[in-house]
Amino acid sequence: MAEAQQVPETAQAPLPTGPSQPTPSAPAGATLLRRIVTGTPMVSLLSVVLAIVIGGILMAVTNPKVATAAGYFFGRPGDTIAEIFRPYAALVQGSIFNWEGADFTAQIYPLVETFTVSTPLIFAGLGVALAFRAGLFNIGAQGQLIFGALLGAYVGFTWHLPPGLHLLVVILAGIVGGGLWGGLVGFLKARTGAHEVIVTIMFNYVASFLLLFLLTTPAFQRKGSTNPISPFLDEDALFPALLGPQFRIHAGFILAILVTWGVWWILNRSTIGFEFRAVGANPNAARTAGVNVGRATVLVMALAGALAGLSGIAQVAGTEKYLSGGVAASIGFDAITVALLGRSTPWGTLFAGLLFGAFRAGGVSMQAVTQTPIDIVLVIQSLIVLFIAAPPLVRAVFGLNPRRPKKAKEPPRAKAPMSTSGAAS
Amino acid sequence: MKLELRGITKRFGALVANDHIDLVVEDSQVHCLLGENGAGKSTLMNVLYGLYEPSEGEILVDDKPVAFRGPSDAMAAGIGMVHQHFMLVPVFTVAENVALGAEATKAAGFLDLDATRAKIRDISKRYGFDVDPDALVEDLPVGVQQRVEIIKALVRDARILILDEPTAVLTPQETDELLEIIGELKASGKSIIFISHKLREVKAVADVITVIRRGKVVGDAPPSAAPADLASMMVGRPVSLTLNKAPAEPKDTTFAVRDLTVAAPNGQRVVDGVTFDIAQGEILAVAGVQGNGQTELTEAILGLYKHASGSVTLDGNELLGRSVKDVLGAGVGFVPEDRSHDGLVGAFTVAENLVLDLYDRAPFARGLGMRPSRVATQAAEKIAEFDIRTPSADVPASTLSGGNQQKVVMARELSRPLRLFIASQPTRGVDVGSIEFLHRRIIAERDNGTPVMIVSTELDEIMELADRIAVLYRGRLMGIVPGGTPRDMLGLMMAGMTAEEAAAHEAPVAAGTGAAGADDDGAHRAASSFGIDVVTDDSDSGDTHG
Amino acid sequence: MSTATTATTRPDEAPEEVLAPLVSWKAPIGLGILAVVGTVMFGVFSGGKSAAFGLVDTGRGASAVAAWLALAVAILAAAWLSYAWFRARRAGHGPAGWIPPALAAAVVVFVLAVLGVAGVTVITLGARLIGWLSAVVMLALAGWSAWLAPRGHKLPRWGVAAFAIAFLVGFLVWIVAGGRDATPYISLAGLLAGAVTLAVPLVFGSLSGVLCERSGIVNIAIEGQLLMGAFSAAVGATVTGSVYAGLIAAAVAGALVSLVLAVVSIKYLVNQIIVGVVLNVLVVGLTNFLFSTLLTANPEGLNKPPHLGSIEIPVLADVPLIGPILFRQSLVGYLMYIAVIVVYVGLFHTKWGLRVRAVGEHPQAADTLGVNVNRTRFWNTILGGAIAGIGGSFFTLVAVDAFSKEMSAGRGYIALAALIFGRWNPIGAFLASLLFGFADNLQSVITIIGSPLPSQFMAMLPYVVTVFAVAGLVGRSRPPAMEGIPYVKG
Repeated sequence: MAEAQQVPETAQAPLPTGPSQPTPSAPAGATLLRRIVTGTPMVSLLSVVLAIVIGGILMAVTNPKVATAAGYFFGRPGDTIAEIFRPYAALVQGSIFNWEGADFTAQIYPLVETFTVSTPLIFAGLGVALAFRAGLFNIGAQGQLIFGALLGAYVGFTWHLPPGLHLLVVILAGIVGGGLWGGLVGFLKARTGAHEVIVTIMFNYVASFLLLFLLTTPAFQRKGSTNPISPFLDEDALFPALLGPQFRIHAGFILAILVTWGVWWILNRSTIGFEFRAVGANPNAARTAGVNVGRATVLVMALAGALAGLSGIAQVAGTEKYLSGGVAASIGFDAITVALLGRSTPWGTLFAGLLFGAFRAGGVSMQAVTQTPIDIVLVIQSLIVLFIAAPPLVRAVFGLNPRRPKKAKEPPRAKAPMSTSGAAS
Repeated sequence: MKLELRGITKRFGALVANDHIDLVVEDSQVHCLLGENGAGKSTLMNVLYGLYEPSEGEILVDDKPVAFRGPSDAMAAGIGMVHQHFMLVPVFTVAENVALGAEATKAAGFLDLDATRAKIRDISKRYGFDVDPDALVEDLPVGVQQRVEIIKALVRDARILILDEPTAVLTPQETDELLEIIGELKASGKSIIFISHKLREVKAVADVITVIRRGKVVGDAPPSAAPADLASMMVGRPVSLTLNKAPAEPKDTTFAVRDLTVAAPNGQRVVDGVTFDIAQGEILAVAGVQGNGQTELTEAILGLYKHASGSVTLDGNELLGRSVKDVLGAGVGFVPEDRSHDGLVGAFTVAENLVLDLYDRAPFARGLGMRPSRVATQAAEKIAEFDIRTPSADVPASTLSGGNQQKVVMARELSRPLRLFIASQPTRGVDVGSIEFLHRRIIAERDNGTPVMIVSTELDEIMELADRIAVLYRGRLMGIVPGGTPRDMLGLMMAGMTAEEAAAHEAPVAAGTGAAGADDDGAHRAASSFGIDVVTDDSDSGDTHG
Repeated sequence: MSTATTATTRPDEAPEEVLAPLVSWKAPIGLGILAVVGTVMFGVFSGGKSAAFGLVDTGRGASAVAAWLALAVAILAAAWLSYAWFRARRAGHGPAGWIPPALAAAVVVFVLAVLGVAGVTVITLGARLIGWLSAVVMLALAGWSAWLAPRGHKLPRWGVAAFAIAFLVGFLVWIVAGGRDATPYISLAGLLAGAVTLAVPLVFGSLSGVLCERSGIVNIAIEGQLLMGAFSAAVGATVTGSVYAGLIAAAVAGALVSLVLAVVSIKYLVNQIIVGVVLNVLVVGLTNFLFSTLLTANPEGLNKPPHLGSIEIPVLADVPLIGPILFRQSLVGYLMYIAVIVVYVGLFHTKWGLRVRAVGEHPQAADTLGVNVNRTRFWNTILGGAIAGIGGSFFTLVAVDAFSKEMSAGRGYIALAALIFGRWNPIGAFLASLLFGFADNLQSVITIIGSPLPSQFMAMLPYVVTVFAVAGLVGRSRPPAMEGIPYVKG
């Protein structure tokens, strides 16, 4: 995979949305209905439904209580069904609204927690999405996140700057850390043709081992601790809490929304975004039109890395408040699924981040309440992405495949995950 | 072997690529299919080779109907095909390529490449091919690769050989050798279907000519038919050889190329010491067989190659060594030879493609931000001005027809004041109506006082547009001759003679036997197999036939 | 398809290649960096200590019979190979590609056997001497490479091999000599045997990659195949009480992961990298979930597989260094050697292999010659998954006697790296896997003896080496041309 132009070169509009041309003779109403049913948003929705159903089946067959209830299914079928739905109820209760909460704070705590958990996912997802749009598979959000967190945390606990400025410097350090680590990938790709998928996977490991090493050095390790964890960041270096101390939500969430708008602007309204998209869709034409493809590659990877770096800042300056070996958790990998679910548009990524944040937040409470392992969330997430990537599969499951008179031969197309044309959401 | 196609129809959705085509290929015959680009010749052959299933109609081999589910069925029936784009695995050896699909094996599926090597040597000897079975295909010249393709068919005992546009990528010598090979194949009892849009080579090699236009058989003709008749059958309306433009009025010479050399990664000089000038208000057309350095010449001027030496000056400023963006900024308009590869971003909208190399300049951008309203205005203007047929400015450019895509590229490049205009293959794969329109625009740009450089492999286009003609052969300039230079002479130059040598040669050739001295016999035959005599009639009456 | 579109006769040259410098300085630069780093580390910072290497497993005496046997075999092999080489030269053509390395191997065995016969069990090497020696060799080879580059030549293969050996030896002596003791000691026999053991899942994983990618399907899902194999082997072997059933269950599970990859990417044309990444997440989620629910609820009934012990071949297993590697392996270990050979021979010497490679390089050409492209890709992907699944069984049947969460721990990605470093060749992937296994084992060994290099950097090594490889600084790696691009007829 060393050569550059293999994977997403001829990125095209992703998915044939139903019949390419509605035949004039077909009744207009039916055509419209079919378009809605087979169209992209519907497929996304159906994908989520299908994944949730499969997850439910998985939980049902592994849950001894379901088996017990099924034993007297014909006596009281409600028990079986209630038992099957209990985990999902707990999931909703833990991610959106807690109807058993004592006061308003307790009731909306889950929703606020969802926003909190989503914040790093949104940043990292944007990093992956931005690179996707330029035709690059950034599997390296994990490593870029770690580098951003490393630099940001270091600045956060060693430097002591005035309030406001300190947080700003920490954010900048995160951008620089992630940006450099991502930009290096772009540089290698532009100069040597090294495939970014391989390089970013390898760089993830290099970054996490480097983190583990640094956390054993005096510069990073907390004084008096034998654990590989850093000191706490200064109070001034942290994102301010948004809704007071009883919630974990911090100003990073607002920043995430602003940055989403920023990425949208870059992609759809700026000249460099035009370059990124052109390079992603047809690097040869971009080069002929005067775009410096190498520079665009480095720049887009640096920006993608910077976004992932911000995700690291959301961790160390938001919820974690110190640096540890597990700072990245699996955010960098979840980010890939977030970007794919969001079809690599900035606003889509924001909403996908919120959805997966809800899964995460709800998963924790689901595990506590119903003892359903949180890993089911991973299963559902990956199934959603798999289904969304293959709309014909979903349509086939729901029996919605548009009937074509005869399967016309279509020109070969290398499918890229998302639309590279000017999709503005 | 006798082959018959009865009422073959092939539809792709609404498009009818082949419409009830009847064709009979007799034993030991060279049967030529003549037609313009896009007439449906290749589709027909893909049906015959089992790659496409026909929508209607039947194929008969030796009067028995057959159904081909795939290429293996066609091969089993004795049909072999040499595709326009070779179907060879570049990193395999010749033997491996020939063995593929029809492997000789020892016990337990082990390859017996020695058996294949022996067969290759055998066939090479019989037909005088010079092919080393152990050479890597990617290291072989195009002409030899084509012979490997022919060997592939012969190893499978093909009795009918389909050659799809076989001369498109060949040098004149290679074309000449190919025509000889065809003769030998015919002599050994093979039938050959030879597909081409080039009148001269068809006339040279055919026993029977079938002309196809817009997916339909127009009629058969003997090889002795007059070129003008064949041409009018092919194009579907009267054609003339007259040129129809005002003479050039050259002014200052503002564009100069001096000793331009471009080296390929393997060190070969693909452009070798090329020197020429273009004056304002003049069209210089660069002629030559595909692959003789034209692509590299234009791309080097644009700044796409790092390893170019020499000098390229526009208005006194050196262009070489500057970035593509700088070169475009200096006022160069550039139409690349392959629009879908280099000229358009298919997934982008028509509007975006119309500013593809203007996106960061005023008025389309201010600082880092783009101005969508200005982009939209530009799109509306250009769509009207160039009559681009598109449902809206916001559909992906890839949904447009070839001619309209080319208009998008051309409209974009001509939408700003130019100091130099370069267009490669400006009308390749473009319908006849659009060709005339595009040619007129190019001439208008010349009359505007812009130096214009046209690169084309089609002699008729060269003749139509050129004020002066430069001929490239193996990266070297064979000379620059005036616009009206006879085709024979251009052909000789395209075969590797300098202008002086070719001029000295003109007399005996004109005298007519064609059997000139032994060493240049090949050159002449090659020269006479280029290009077509077709120049579409510019008069308006033509459109009524459309 | 209409022929109206442009007749693209543009040669298939990658733009990168057009822009690439005529003189490639990549190799000299790469070798130069390594040589300088090596010189500084192994030479300048060598310290005065020595390193001792044990040639025989601790706790086992040297076997004189095995040593004599090895000596005899080595002499015979060397004599026969030299004769073959000599005959090839007389016949006017070079020796077959495998003869020089085989001869080198015979010489190594010969030296080891001599040491064994002489009863030498420990070799002690001075770090300074060996360090400078290796530095000189590396600098000389890098210099030679730099001298060759402008002349359009590359370092011959034996030169590259010599460079690698010099670097490895220098590195090993340096890192061992840096230990805490006065004369730090490690068992070379144990180190190598452990390296091979750790390499087993990597080899299976990279073979899976070779099979898929040679046919044009990118397999990022190796990690998922290994993990699924480990899980199924544990459950299957526990439920049936048979390790063999566990092996089969592992193969089937790996194939099932591949089935999803194949169907979704071939039938629905979804980008293969996306499918691979998503499958890895899916398998992690699925196995974690099932582990937390079913396996922890009933460990006796579901997660207590029988152990797959090692099978020792008498006498041969006692040959110094080589014996434990080749002749004291588990069934999975022996299967590994068989798989490498079978895949290599299959790919390069059979009809099946020719077709597979054609499909990966130029599917259209294969199609026009009657090879069913997508069927070939499908079955190759399935076969690859089965092989990776067997590799996964190593975790639960050989290494540890139970499944635990995410126990493949990124080995699938190292296997991917090995595949690339090994240039999509089964033998290359095997050697690269051994190297990575070696680095892995060395890392745990040096944390015991103490070393100048933090263990995290040792752990990083495979990944850094791979980045160097894909960047082309260490030779050129050329993937199958049509890898990752779905084939649609027409």
